[in-house]
Amino acid sequence: MMVSESGDLQADRSEPGRQAAPIAAERQSVMPRGGEAVAPSEALRVDGVSKSFGLVQALYRVSLSVDHGEVVALVGDNGAGKSTLIKVISGVIVPDEGQLYVNGERVVVRSPNDAAQCGIRTIHQDLALADNLDVVENLYLGRELFRGVGPLRRLDFAAMRQRTAAALLELGIGTISNIRTPMAQLSGGQRQTVAVARATLENCPILLFDEPTASLGLKEARHVIELVQRLRAQGTAILIITHNMRQVFEVADRIVVLHLGKVGAVLRPSSTTPEVVVRAIMGKAP
Amino acid sequence: MSEPVSPAAHPLDEIPPRDHARPTDRLVSFAKRWLSAALSQGTAMPAIASLVIIAVFFQSQSQYFLSPGNLSNLAVQATLVAIIALGEIFVLLLGDIDLSLGSMAGASAALLGVMITNGHMPWLLAIFIMLAFGALLGSFQGWWIAWLGIPAFVVTLAGNMGFLGLQLYILGPNGTLGIFDPNIAALSGTELPVSVGWILAAIVGVAVVASTLVRYARGGVAVRSLSRPVVVGVLIVVAVAVFNASRGVPTPFLILIALLVVAWWVTMNTSPGRHLFAVGGNAEAARRAGVQVKRIRMAAFAVSGTLGAAGGLIAASYNGSAGTLTGGGTLLLEAIGAAVIGGTSLFGGRGSVWAALVGALIMSGVENGLDLMNSDQPVKYMVQGVIVLLAVSLDTILRRRQSRGRQLGAAIA
Repeated sequence: MMVSESGDLQADRSEPGRQAAPIAAERQSVMPRGGEAVAPSEALRVDGVSKSFGLVQALYRVSLSVDHGEVVALVGDNGAGKSTLIKVISGVIVPDEGQLYVNGERVVVRSPNDAAQCGIRTIHQDLALADNLDVVENLYLGRELFRGVGPLRRLDFAAMRQRTAAALLELGIGTISNIRTPMAQLSGGQRQTVAVARATLENCPILLFDEPTASLGLKEARHVIELVQRLRAQGTAILIITHNMRQVFEVADRIVVLHLGKVGAVLRPSSTTPEVVVRAIMGKAP
Repeated sequence: MSEPVSPAAHPLDEIPPRDHARPTDRLVSFAKRWLSAALSQGTAMPAIASLVIIAVFFQSQSQYFLSPGNLSNLAVQATLVAIIALGEIFVLLLGDIDLSLGSMAGASAALLGVMITNGHMPWLLAIFIMLAFGALLGSFQGWWIAWLGIPAFVVTLAGNMGFLGLQLYILGPNGTLGIFDPNIAALSGTELPVSVGWILAAIVGVAVVASTLVRYARGGVAVRSLSRPVVVGVLIVVAVAVFNASRGVPTPFLILIALLVVAWWVTMNTSPGRHLFAVGGNAEAARRAGVQVKRIRMAAFAVSGTLGAAGGLIAASYNGSAGTLTGGGTLLLEAIGAAVIGGTSLFGGRGSVWAALVGALIMSGVENGLDLMNSDQPVKYMVQGVIVLLAVSLDTILRRRQSRGRQLGAAIA
């Protein structure tokens, strides 16, 4: 939902034992445009987002941006805050402070519905699928197709099945032989392909991938990487979390390293090496 | 190149390649696949098989069990339990439970008695108000559960006691209100004329066949699914023939079927209906997909309350009064048992509204059969208890199998 300049994301919280100066420098490097100036190609901007769970500071004033037609890889060690950041952007959790901008306009995302209406779709690490529903119903959950009018308005299962089959074919997914199979009967890799298909079913301008290839075989992982490249070519802004360094260097235009809830470094694959990225992940100077 | 993805209509539509196995082996293999599909999808087929076994057993014990007159009585007996069970299914699909439906039926019946007997209100208006009263009570509970996150067990347990108090308060010091309105009495004490029964059966049969053919033409169902309207048609003809051999189709049973058809349509063809299953399967996944989980939960309790009130209406009509015992006794437990026996999971996300009918017929059939065998009440309670225990055990085993299958799938991947 496009909601301008409202909500409680503005609250400024004091830093619990964090260093402020390096953050400012990191923000400069993450957002070279800086300040309030917004480039026309910028699809998503996260500005100063913090989130704590009790005494644990999961994110502290994290800022980054993703342009249209750009893939930004979000890397970091376990507990660095990658999934928390994805959940904030996708509306699953509400941040303590910070702002989100979509196409340069401030938006308030307080629920997954808000994110979807801003054009943000997500593949979550836990896939977020209903095991008792079949592939078609999971793909269209929350955005079902209808036919008929008035009290006789009903779900259009035939259209949803046809489009699901077409979407899976387009993704090159051939491991699911029956799209009416309940999710509980699918393997981990099949479930992940369904989650990918669900996120890419509509041409969303912003896609968030949280470990999209974690459970996939080589063939399916290759399809997903090719899909990411294809979507980038179409102008989609993609923020992707992955631990696979080879994939990072294959698809990313920029690499944002999170360390203990803060942006540790921003690197370009063309001018860095996997060793440098790993050092940044471990919190050492690149 | 990847294999094509087929939009097959049913797991059974995946026909394995023909082999040279013996016909008996193939039959056993088909039976296994049918049972596996039926169990995993939470259909009422195992319960229907149980119903057949019960019918055969009690007919062997008493020649009157399958007589038209007894089956007609059985249908009327099962109606009240089935309506309450239907209300229960709406919340069971979410993985919640409603322990207040019995006293909600009682409170609603008491309100009806006051409106009809003391207030001399027109019967249709009184029914409308009592159903709205049930919806209000259900919504009230749903608000506590959905918005405050209080477990349904606790809220509806409190509701059970609170609504019982409300029922006694509405009834006043006399404790019983006679309801002598002939229209209210007709809801449970009349039957359709024989000719009307057949005409209705013909209309419903033609509608079912036409609907299936239209869906087939649109590519919405597979060839094998075309057998379904045939089965439904045969069931309708047999049921109407049996009822007409007695006194005609009982009105309360007709009301139950109408409620079931509407509930089936809502749960299978509308997004709020499908969202019930999604929330029951994985509430967080549904929330992340944009489903309004809180609204769905509150709506389910509102529907449940409305059906609780409808149960109160049938009970008041059947008894000709609203009293302190209306909606009490073992009604609620029988309804929950019927829903679970019919194939609705206590853990949410699996089941069908038809479970209310099949489960209620099993519960009432066992009671009726034991009555014909001159069994005592303690024996009846114990047998019903064993049946409920077996149904819940089956549900738990299925859930465990499903979970194990998923873990295995993840491990393989």
